[in-house]
Amino acid sequence: MAELSYRAAVRDALREEMLRDESVILLGESITGYGGSYAVTKGLVEEFGPRRVMETPIAEAGIVGFAVGAAMGGLRPVAELMTVNFALLALDQIVNSAAKFHYMFGQQWSVPLVVRTVSGFGQLGATHSQSFEGWFASVPGLKVVMPATPTDAYGLLVSAIRDPDPVIFIEHSLLYSMRGPAPPSGEAGLVPLGRAQVVRQGQDVTVVAYSRMLFQALQAAETLEREDGISCEVIDLRTLRPLDYPTVVGSVRRTHRVVLCGEDWRTGGFGATLLAEIQDRCFDDLDGPVARVAMRDIPLPYARNLEHLLIPAAGDVVAAVRSLV
Amino acid sequence: MTASPRRLAVLSMTGRLRRGQRPSLDDAQVREGLELMLLSRLFDARATTLQRLGRWGVHSPVEGQEAAVVGACLAVDPGRDWLVPQYREFPAYIHHGMPLAGIAAFFTGHPAQGRIPDGVRMLPIQVAIAAQLPHAAGLAWGLRRQGGGAVVLAYCGDGATSEGDFHEACNLAGRMQAPVVFLVQNNGWAISTPRSLQSATPSLALRALGYGFPGVRVDGNDLLAVHQATATAVARARAGEGPTLIEADTYRYSFHNTTDNPAAYADPVELAAARRQDPIERVRRYLTQRGAWDPAREAAVRERLTATLDAAVNAAARLPPPGPDECFDDIYARPPARLLRQRAGHGAPSEA
Repeated sequence: MAELSYRAAVRDALREEMLRDESVILLGESITGYGGSYAVTKGLVEEFGPRRVMETPIAEAGIVGFAVGAAMGGLRPVAELMTVNFALLALDQIVNSAAKFHYMFGQQWSVPLVVRTVSGFGQLGATHSQSFEGWFASVPGLKVVMPATPTDAYGLLVSAIRDPDPVIFIEHSLLYSMRGPAPPSGEAGLVPLGRAQVVRQGQDVTVVAYSRMLFQALQAAETLEREDGISCEVIDLRTLRPLDYPTVVGSVRRTHRVVLCGEDWRTGGFGATLLAEIQDRCFDDLDGPVARVAMRDIPLPYARNLEHLLIPAAGDVVAAVRSLV
Repeated sequence: MTASPRRLAVLSMTGRLRRGQRPSLDDAQVREGLELMLLSRLFDARATTLQRLGRWGVHSPVEGQEAAVVGACLAVDPGRDWLVPQYREFPAYIHHGMPLAGIAAFFTGHPAQGRIPDGVRMLPIQVAIAAQLPHAAGLAWGLRRQGGGAVVLAYCGDGATSEGDFHEACNLAGRMQAPVVFLVQNNGWAISTPRSLQSATPSLALRALGYGFPGVRVDGNDLLAVHQATATAVARARAGEGPTLIEADTYRYSFHNTTDNPAAYADPVELAAARRQDPIERVRRYLTQRGAWDPAREAAVRERLTATLDAAVNAAARLPPPGPDECFDDIYARPPARLLRQRAGHGAPSEA
C-alpha cells in the first residue's frame, strides 16, 4: 500500500482544494520561502503564485482578522499560525469575530475560515510547548480538529476547508514525519468533521485520545494486552468540537471504565470537559472513577530530561488503566 | 518631531467656502448629506429615549460627529463599494442601503429581522475595538483580486488607533496595497480617556507614514472637507494605489454610550466650544446662503424623517420576541447534534 507522511497529507489536502476551488487561498508567516515553520506549504507558492499563497507580516491577529474579512467577502482562506502558542495573539479575532458573526447577525455571515496551527514540544521552552485545544473547544461557533494520522490529516483538512464555519485545525509537530497509508484519492478520502473512530476494539477499558496521544494509547494497549491480558478499546476523537459523544458514551457503557488522554493541562484541559460529560451520562455505568492522563499543571521545562519526564506518554496510560482494573 | 499635518477645511463656521476651496459635492448632494445628518440626530434622541424606557439596547450616539460619518460615506458608491463600520456610524448604514426598520429591529432584539439585506455591501457593526480593521483589509484585498475597482471604507475611533489590530491592519493593508480607506473619527474620547492621554503623537494621521501610505487630517465637523479627503482616498484606492488614513477631528457631544455618564469627567467649557463648531449648523448655513435650504424646507424634512423613524420603531415594536430556539440555531451553519439536544431541553444540563 502506498504510504505518505502526515506533512505530505496536509500539503496534499491544501493543494487539491486549491486546484478544485479558486477561492481557497493560504496566508501566513514564512509560508512561501520556508514553507511554513514545519515546511508544510513548501512548493505551493511556486505552483499557485503569491496571490494565492501569501506571505504575511508577523501579525497573528492581523492574519486571522484579514482572513475573516476575506472569508466574509467570499474567499476560503486557510491561515497558518506557526504554533498554537502564537494563536494567543489572535484570540480576540478567533473568538470575538470568526466565531460570532454567524450567530450575532441573523445567520447572514458565514466565516468559512480554517486556522491551521501546531501543537507539540521538543525542547522549545515553556512559551512554545503548550496545548490550548481545550480553550478553543470551549467556544461555541468554532470547530476544533486534531488529526493523528496522515489519512485523517488529509480527509479532515479537506472537510475543514469545505466547511462553512470557522475551524481550528491543530496539527502536531511530532507527527509530521510519521508515515501512514495514503488516503484514498478524491471524495473517498474525505473524513467528516465530528466523527470519532474506534481504532482498536476492546472489552475492558475505553481509552480516549487524539493527536499524538493516540499513538501513546495504542502502544499502551499493546503492553496491557501482552503483560496484563487487559483489552483496551482505543478511540481517536479526531474532532474535539463538535464531539462525537455517541461513540465515546457507547464504548464506556460497554467497558465501564475509561481513561482520557491529552497533552494539555489537567486543570481546565479538554479532558476535564469530557470527564464532566461522561460522569453526567455514564455515572451508573462506571465501575470506577474516570481516569486522566494529562500534563501536570506546570509550564513545560526546557531541560530535555525534565521534558521527557513530564510529557504524557504510553507509560502514563498503562498506569492509568492498571489503576482501574 | 514631525509637524502635525495641515488640517483640510473647506467650510467656515459661517457656512462660507474658505479661500481657494471649491465644493466637491453639488447642492443636491449636500442636501442629501444634511438630511442624513438631521435623521441621525433625531435617531440618537429616539434611541436614547427608548433605551431609558427599556425598549432599546445600549446606544452609542453619533451626535456631534455627523459630518465625519456622512462626509465619508457620501464618497463611496453603495452599488459597488463596501462599508466596514464600528458602531457609531448610523447615517452611513442608512446611506449604504441598510433599512431603518432593520436597524430598529436589530437594536430592539430581533436579529433575524435586523439582518443586512442581500446586496447591501456592509459588514455588521463591530463593538470589539479595532477588530473590524483587519477584516476591512482582508475584504478589500479580496475585492481587488476580483477586479472591478471596489473600495472599502472602514471606520474607527481615536482610541482604536492604540490597539494592536489597528497597527496590524494598517501594515497588512499597506503591504498588500488593499483598496481601503481608514476613517478615524477622532472625537476626543475613548469612553472617558481623552485623546491627549491616548498617544503622544501630535496627529493620528502621521501614523500612516509608517505604513507607507498617505495620512491626511481634516476638520471632521466640515462635511465638505471630509468628503473631499475621502473622495481623493477612494479614487486612489480604486486606481490600485492602496490605502489612505484619514483623521477627522470632531467631538463627541454626548456619552460614549447609554451606560456612560460624561458629567463625571467631561469639561463643560470644552463641550460648549465644540458645540459652537456644530457640523449640522455649518451645512445649514452653507445651503441657506446658496438658496438651497430654508426653515420651511427643514420643517418639512424633519416631519418626513420623524414619520420614517416612527414607522421603523413601531414596526420593530410589533415584531414577536425571538424564541429560545434561535439561540441554538445560528451558532453554526448546521447545528451539531449536541446543540439540537440542548435546544430540545433548552439547556437543562441532564439533557445536554
